[in-house]
Amino acid sequence: MSERILIAKVGLDGHDRGIKVVARILRDAGFEVIYTGLFQTPQTVAAAAVDEDVDAIGLSMLSGAHMTLAPLVVEAVRKLGSEIPVILGGIVPDHDLDQLTAAGIAAVLTPGATAVEIATEVRAVLDRANT
Amino acid sequence: MATHQPSNRELWEAVFDASTLRDADFQTMSGIPLEPVYGPDDGEFPGQFPYTRGPYASMYRSRLWTMRMFAGFGTADDTNWRFKEIIKAGGTGLSTAFDMPTLLGIDSDDAMALGEVGRCGVAIDTIADMEDLYSGIDLGEITTSMTINSPAAVIFAMFVAQAERAGTPRAHLGGTLQNDILKEYQAQKEFVFPPRQSMRLVRDTIDFTAAEMPRWHSISISGYHIREAGSTAVEELAFTLANGFAYVELAMQAGLPVDTFAPRLSFFFNAHIDFFEEIAKYRAARRIWARWMKERYGAAHERSMQLRFHCQTAGVSLTAQQPEVNIVRTAIEALAGVLGGAQSLHTNSMDEAMALPTEKAARIALRTQQVIANETNVTHVADPLGGSYFLEALTDEMEAQAEHLFGYLHQLGDGSMLEGAIKGIEENWFQGKIADSAYDLERQLNAGRRITVGVNAYTEGNDEAQIDLLKITTEDESRQRKRLDQVRHDRDQHAVDSALERIRTEAADSSVNLMPALIDAVKVYATLGEIMGTMESEFGRHVEVPVI
Ligand code: B12
Repeated sequence: MSERILIAKVGLDGHDRGIKVVARILRDAGFEVIYTGLFQTPQTVAAAAVDEDVDAIGLSMLSGAHMTLAPLVVEAVRKLGSEIPVILGGIVPDHDLDQLTAAGIAAVLTPGATAVEIATEVRAVLDRANT
Repeated sequence: MATHQPSNRELWEAVFDASTLRDADFQTMSGIPLEPVYGPDDGEFPGQFPYTRGPYASMYRSRLWTMRMFAGFGTADDTNWRFKEIIKAGGTGLSTAFDMPTLLGIDSDDAMALGEVGRCGVAIDTIADMEDLYSGIDLGEITTSMTINSPAAVIFAMFVAQAERAGTPRAHLGGTLQNDILKEYQAQKEFVFPPRQSMRLVRDTIDFTAAEMPRWHSISISGYHIREAGSTAVEELAFTLANGFAYVELAMQAGLPVDTFAPRLSFFFNAHIDFFEEIAKYRAARRIWARWMKERYGAAHERSMQLRFHCQTAGVSLTAQQPEVNIVRTAIEALAGVLGGAQSLHTNSMDEAMALPTEKAARIALRTQQVIANETNVTHVADPLGGSYFLEALTDEMEAQAEHLFGYLHQLGDGSMLEGAIKGIEENWFQGKIADSAYDLERQLNAGRRITVGVNAYTEGNDEAQIDLLKITTEDESRQRKRLDQVRHDRDQHAVDSALERIRTEAADSSVNLMPALIDAVKVYATLGEIMGTMESEFGRHVEVPVI
């Protein structure tokens, strides 16, 4: 059975080109992909992830709200007693990386990430989560 | 007795000779004098129907394009300061970027605004912010554009009311409201109300400006976002013009004669990296618009047929890797816009793929335009590539492919382009095409069939430390919330309540123009969120069914 990834847009950010591309990249790499659509909150994403029993959550954030919202998603998921890893992609300046890792973000992918890099990173995150 | 039939050249010359020219030497660096345009006597000249070669006879010899840099971040004070820097640096127009809460019509203290206030543009909650935003700027002098769509009518009401308080009557205000709601569902995704209800607000703004604001562009029909969302150049061309036809039909259905509003429609295209295709796209766009306006919509005035456009270089072509290289990409793209006859131009900054631009990065982007305008002499001759076998063939081909897509929408709408556009949205046709094209390009990159320097080739240097970036603090968010609290505390709540009640009543009656009620409401400090919420209670909300 293929692994399931929930990909999500949290907050007001409407940049959805990237997430739609990533959806197809992941699908072509053999994952089952569920997309939440726009304007989600950390709580709706966490609930959907737990409901759907996914193996990972992928957030795509381009509007600069990632430092506030990405940690809140991790928090909301953990609050539901789940250890589902949360991956972040989009516009993330280098100077934010340490803080995001500290907040529990499992991997960060930024503009220019290739299909191979995306599939490899997601695979690595899933392998780490399963050990 | 046979009368002399003037040649196209003679007709053009008469108009050209009557134009005022810039004070410049129109020659090459070697001193070779240059004609204002080249071509056979019986060919098409700029300023002549169907305007393939440009809307005006004298093009940049009379007036350079407006160097209009898109800017906005933090609070209204922060952005006002940046606007003044832009004017000092030689920018010749203003363009306002709003933050996400404003773009979606909610207040800075809304729960959904958390972490988003002032991050992607300037935060505007009430007319008090609008006053700070343009304080000390002569709005009768410099033209202003506002990139906003779902809440466009409300923000426009704030703009007009604020300018009048500062002493500029609405009839003197020059500028552009983006107000292009169709492409929001198709590409930019800042929708609030359902398409048909949103179109009512667009109608109201067209009607209001046609009657009261002769210098204002009521809509900027935008291909930029469609392209950035992933479409091809042909799709950008076709979808944008199709949306344009939809707005024309909307206004005509509302009883406005075509020549009363069409001269105030303007366009906004992308300038991507495929140099010749972009130039062909602008030429094809002008030609298609002119033909449809004249033949299908019965326009009689030249200005109704002349497509004028703003242009922005392609943000999506810029990379986070080796960002300085973006300066080169932007220069090439900007040159395509200029050779294609743009009336106004924004150039992106080298830090595009990382954050909103620093002042320095934005200055270099503006300087790029100034180099093209002042050093290269490309402004001397109109449509300099016209007559090239290659470019003419590409122009014809893009026109033909666009017409093919119009054919589909025409059928979808049962003969109405307005219905076709709305149904195309409701059926996810545009959205699906755009997503498919975006993925096609991604696959070409991944397969190495397309090269992006620094991304899938020539990566030496990618490990250098990131350049200095603009940081927006969370202090801006709390400052903005405090400000909003203060405004709510100081205002006459009774006046706000009755202004909102009037909006509710008038929203329910689609025969009323909402602009006067909106202007009255913003004047008593009703907030953007309150006004949008009131309209939503009548109009409902659009929910996208996402396709992947
Ligand atoms: C395209 C674009 C747009 C399009 C969006 C169309 C659409 N429907 O997506 C349009 C023109 C509409 C637009 C509008 C705006 N934009 Co814009 N936009 C961009 C741009 C140029 C490219 C983004 C893109 O699609 N790239 C192509 C895709 C394929 O790449 P990507 O999303 O980065 O995804 C890749 C990786 O990041 C990663 N990835 C991403 N997500 C995920 C998720 C997972 C799970 C994984 C594994 C990987 C992954 O993999 C992908 C493949 O490599 C960026 C700048 C840039 N060059 O990146 C600005 C940018 C994101 N926009 C910006 C802004 C400010 C706006 C506006 C707010 C402007 C305004 N004030 O009006 C609006 C808001 C729109 C909205 N509704 O939210 C800013 C954000 C600033 C910030 N973060 O600090 C940026 C950074 C530009 C800038 N420097 O100013 N924009």
